[in-house]
Parts: sequence; C-alpha cells; structure tokens
Amino acid sequence: MSTISYQEAALQAVAEEMRRDRRVWALGEDLGRGGVFGQYGGLLEEFGPERIADTPISEATIMGASVGAALVGTRPIVEMRFADFALCAVDEMVNQAAKARFMFGGQARVPMVIRQPSGMWRSSAAQHSQSLEAWYAHIPGLIVVAPYTPADNKGLLKTAIRCDDPVIYIEHKDNWALQGEVPDDADYLVPLGAARLARTGDDLTLVTWSKMVGVAEQAAELAAEQGIGIEVIDLRTLWPWDQEMVFASVAKTKRLMVVHEAVQAGGFGAEIAATVAEHMAHVLTAPICRMGAPRAPISYAKPLEDLLRITPEQIVATAARQTGV
Amino acid sequence: MPNNNAHPKHNIDRDRLVDLYRTMRRIRAFEEAAEKASLSGQVGGAVHLSIGQEAVAAGVCANLRKTDQITTTHRGHGHCIAKGTDPGAMMLELFGKEGGTCGGKGGSMHIADFKVGMLGANGVVAAGIPIAVGAAHGAKLLGEDRVVVCFFGDGAINRGPFMEGLNWAAVFKLPVLFVCEHNGFASTTHSDAVTAGPGANARAESLGVEAFTVDGNDVAAVDSMVGDLIPRIRGGSGPKFLSAHTYRLKGHTSVDPAHYRDQEYAAAQWEQDPLRRATAELRRLGLSKEQLASIDNEADAEMAVVTDAAEAAAPPALEQAFADIQDIGAPVWREQS
Repeated sequence: MSTISYQEAALQAVAEEMRRDRRVWALGEDLGRGGVFGQYGGLLEEFGPERIADTPISEATIMGASVGAALVGTRPIVEMRFADFALCAVDEMVNQAAKARFMFGGQARVPMVIRQPSGMWRSSAAQHSQSLEAWYAHIPGLIVVAPYTPADNKGLLKTAIRCDDPVIYIEHKDNWALQGEVPDDADYLVPLGAARLARTGDDLTLVTWSKMVGVAEQAAELAAEQGIGIEVIDLRTLWPWDQEMVFASVAKTKRLMVVHEAVQAGGFGAEIAATVAEHMAHVLTAPICRMGAPRAPISYAKPLEDLLRITPEQIVATAARQTGV
Repeated sequence: MPNNNAHPKHNIDRDRLVDLYRTMRRIRAFEEAAEKASLSGQVGGAVHLSIGQEAVAAGVCANLRKTDQITTTHRGHGHCIAKGTDPGAMMLELFGKEGGTCGGKGGSMHIADFKVGMLGANGVVAAGIPIAVGAAHGAKLLGEDRVVVCFFGDGAINRGPFMEGLNWAAVFKLPVLFVCEHNGFASTTHSDAVTAGPGANARAESLGVEAFTVDGNDVAAVDSMVGDLIPRIRGGSGPKFLSAHTYRLKGHTSVDPAHYRDQEYAAAQWEQDPLRRATAELRRLGLSKEQLASIDNEADAEMAVVTDAAEAAAPPALEQAFADIQDIGAPVWREQS
C-alpha cells in the first residue's frame, strides 16, 4: 500500500498496463507533455512517442482512429481531455465503437478505454464542467465507469484497459489531488459492475458515484450526529450497475436516495430510482428521493456555480425529511 | 510538377482484364439481384447500388493482398466482392438470414468480413475515414506490413472527419490509400452544388497528401494507377489520394427514381458504363462474344444460386438479438412463452 493521489493512481494503472501488454497505447492532445492534468506525466520517456501519441485537436478522429486501431488488434486508451470535448466524437463513440461488435455479428471487438475528465472544477463554466454519464449509460455496447477513490481509479482503470469492450471512463477533475491508500500490486484489479459499500447505516440507502461519494460521506457523518444512519453506496460502475448491492441495502434500510452532480432530469439516478421502485415498492417506507443539479448550464461565477452543487447539508436535510427525523 | 491528372497509358494484359471484367460482372449481377429483392420487399432497409461504379472496386482491390484492409460506405457491395467476400454470405446478410456476413444483424449497410480484410461498410457518411486511418495506425504500431484502402464518395469530402482523417494520416505518415469515388451525387443532391472550391484533390494536396485522378469507369486505368500507388504506400511513402471519376447510374437507393437528374444526361452515361467499356476493350483484345457471354452467364448463375439460397435460409435465432453486445451488462435472453 502507498498513499498516493487519484491522479497518480491512474498514472500507475496506465504505466503498469502498458508494461504488461505491448498492444496498449494512449493517444490524445498534449499527451507528450503529460496531458492537460499531468495524468500521463513521465510516460513518454518510458514508452516513446508511438505509444504515448500526441495527436491533432481532432476529437472525432482521435476516437474514430482508435476504433480502427482497436478493430485490428491494438488496445487504445483515448484521452478526451474534458468530457465536454467528447461530444465532438459522439458518432465515433455511439455509432461506431459501441456498435461494431454487434453490427458485424461478433467478428471483431473494440477494446478501448475512453477517458473523460468530468464535473465542476475551478469555475470552468458551461463547456468544461459537465457530467454526461447518463448519455453513455443509455447506449447498448458501452460500459460506463466513474471511480471515486484513488484505489478504485487504479484498479478500475486497469480492468477497463483489459476489458475487450469499449469503456467510458469518467474521472472527476476535482478528485485529481485526492489522496488515498492504493495497493502497489501490479495485478490489483477492481471488477467492473461491482459497487463499493462506502459506509454502513440502517435508516437510508444513498446511492452515488464519482466526486459525490465524498459529499455523501460528509453528509452521512453529519446525519449520524442527528441519529440518522445513512448507508453510502459508491456505485463505481454505472453500466452495468450493481443492482444486487443496492437491492440488498434497500431491503435493510427501506429507503432510497440517489445523488449525483449531473442534471437531475433524465439523470442516471432516475434509472436507479425507477428500478428500485419497480422491484421493491412493497418494502419502501418513504418515497424515493433524487438529488441532482437543476437543468441549467453551469455558470462561471463562483456563487452561481455553487448553486448547482449539492452540499452535505442539503443531503442531510433531505434525509431528515425522508426518514421523518 | 508531375501531372497527376493524366493516368499512364496502360497496356493491360488480356487475362488480367478478363479477371477485372469478371469481378465487375459479378458485382453487377449481385446488385441486380439485390435490387430485385429490394423492390420485391424480400430485402429490407435501404439498398444503395453501385451500378456504374464497379471499375473502381475491381481496379483498386485487384492490387491488394488478402492481408490488406479496406473500409467502405453504405454503397459498398462492390468493394466487398472485389476484396474477396463471399457473395453468398453477403446475400444472406441482405435477406437478414443466418449465415450472413454479420449473422443477419447488420444488413446491406454494415457488411463486414474481417477474414478478408473488409473492416466494415458504414451507415454514416465519412465515418469510415477515421476508422481506416486508425487501422493503418494500428498496423504501424504492430509492425505489420499492411496497406489500408479507404473508399468514400464525393459527398463525404464536406464532413469534418475527411479533413481530420487526411491530416492525421499525413502527420503519422500512415499506409492509407484514400479513394474518392466521385459519382456526382451527395445522396440526392448534385455534389458540385454543395461543394466549394476546387474539390477533393486540392483539399488533399493542401493537407500534404499527394492526389491523383483517374477515369473511374476505365477499369484498366484504375488498375494501372493503383498498381503504381500501392507499392509506394507499402514502401512507406505515406498516404495517397485518388479521385476516381465515375457515375452512379441508379438512384441513391434502390427505390429512388432519381428524377432530380437530367434524364438525357443520365441516359447517355450508360454509354460510359464500365462494363460496356471493358467489353469493347476485351473484344479489341480478341475475346469472342461467346467468351464474354459465358462470363456474364456464370456471374448471373452464381447470383441466382445465392439469391435462392438466401430466400430459403432460416432467419437468425432470436437470441442473436442480445448476442455480441458486450460481455457484461447485455440483456439476458429468455425464451418467450
């Protein structure tokens, strides 16, 4: 175990997988200088410019060329720089990467990891702050991952790189500096599709992911002082999501809250809420609560940006109403 | 400066021209059968015919190895056949039957046959360009001696991936031959009405990709030109661009009567039909009418057999609807009661 940052954990994951498999390579804008957040720092020196490829600012072709390169047997790690920029490459993600295996009758696979740094960070405004994970969870053929802890950012990224299907890999920009214990083992893998029980509690199940796990943990701490036990589930993988863990927790607490940074309307929380309602309405003792951002573009000015953030206090207030405390 | 617009005088060997003619005739026969099956409703979806454009597919692919790869478009039957895909599997695919190239899950617009290097047709205009470029990038990374040919039409040159893909191929000096089949149409719009500037070759040259032009209805000229370009690309010259001027003798899809064309002009284009022109050349080289008829009859018979077989074949098993989506997170098939 070492205490390292979320960013260093990802860097370790990429370096280890590139050492392990010659077919793994990374491509994107500015990777030769370590990537816009430094998450590729030092890799050029170790692996050379062919495998740490500096590309033109051509998102559609970064993505499309990766599909072609994956179809012929390489394993690209695609850096999109900001999740917002991946929208320039939606055809290549949704019509090509996600469909090729199925559409071609299983003749070929598309093993690629699409890294999309997401979320609100340092007043980045409307085009550098979005959380669009629900879009990708909606698309058959894609796996969607959104780790919160440094350990998960290592273990899930390694598993994603070894996965033979395309993985949308969402890292929260506000997490880069987050420190945590991370296993040193070069074969440390976290399985896709498995949630993590971040905190136990008896009164309410709170399902969340990415940076909001930290906010939820703070909320649970505050709620405990009021006598409300919040069980926090860090979903980690959005598609496929760990229904088993969520159902088991709701069976115990009989209440569900889903929290995400993304816009609430049509957010992935709605899918979780609806699924639990379909299967477990009979055990619920309170209506399901969803918390997400208002359906507004993200502002630049800090006080306006902050209006869109969900705070621990808001979660506690909602939890108090929901549990009747 | 070399004049890239004048294709070299070709002295084609008779046997080679016979082979090229046979490929074109098989493509024509396949598409005539597909057209019929589309109009009768046996083949669903949109069927985009390349009738009139066969010389490009035949002339280009005759210069490729089995390990070389291609990407194509919604109008890709000819490229598949020329690259070596079994027309039987293709027809099964069009009919949506078991045993189709994609198990009946792709249809006409998504035929792929990886074992012969056919990396997929595509339903999105220009989308094959980045994929071809990436396949070439992959070959370079893996140290494999492959050339990738990327087919697209003149309608594709107004999409962003065209510029991005050519720039990328030039920057990374990739082994790609871009083949623009200039058939005059962007769907049902005359492409020159929506294309500014001097055209595809100038765009390619501006990105550092050497560009050539060929009469795309002269199969021997295409063969000769591509026969010159492929070894250069394989030798590490970087990407090349070829505009093959041809004409789409049919509408955008099998059901498009193409009333938007000047009917007199369109009718006159049948004089330039690449099969007709190759026939004349073969006659000049001493092939008898009977020998030509026997090639034609063989192609027609082959496609009649594959069409009958496709008609008779079983549809895919229903559980195929959920197969090959993704290893985890795909819907689970349950037998319907």
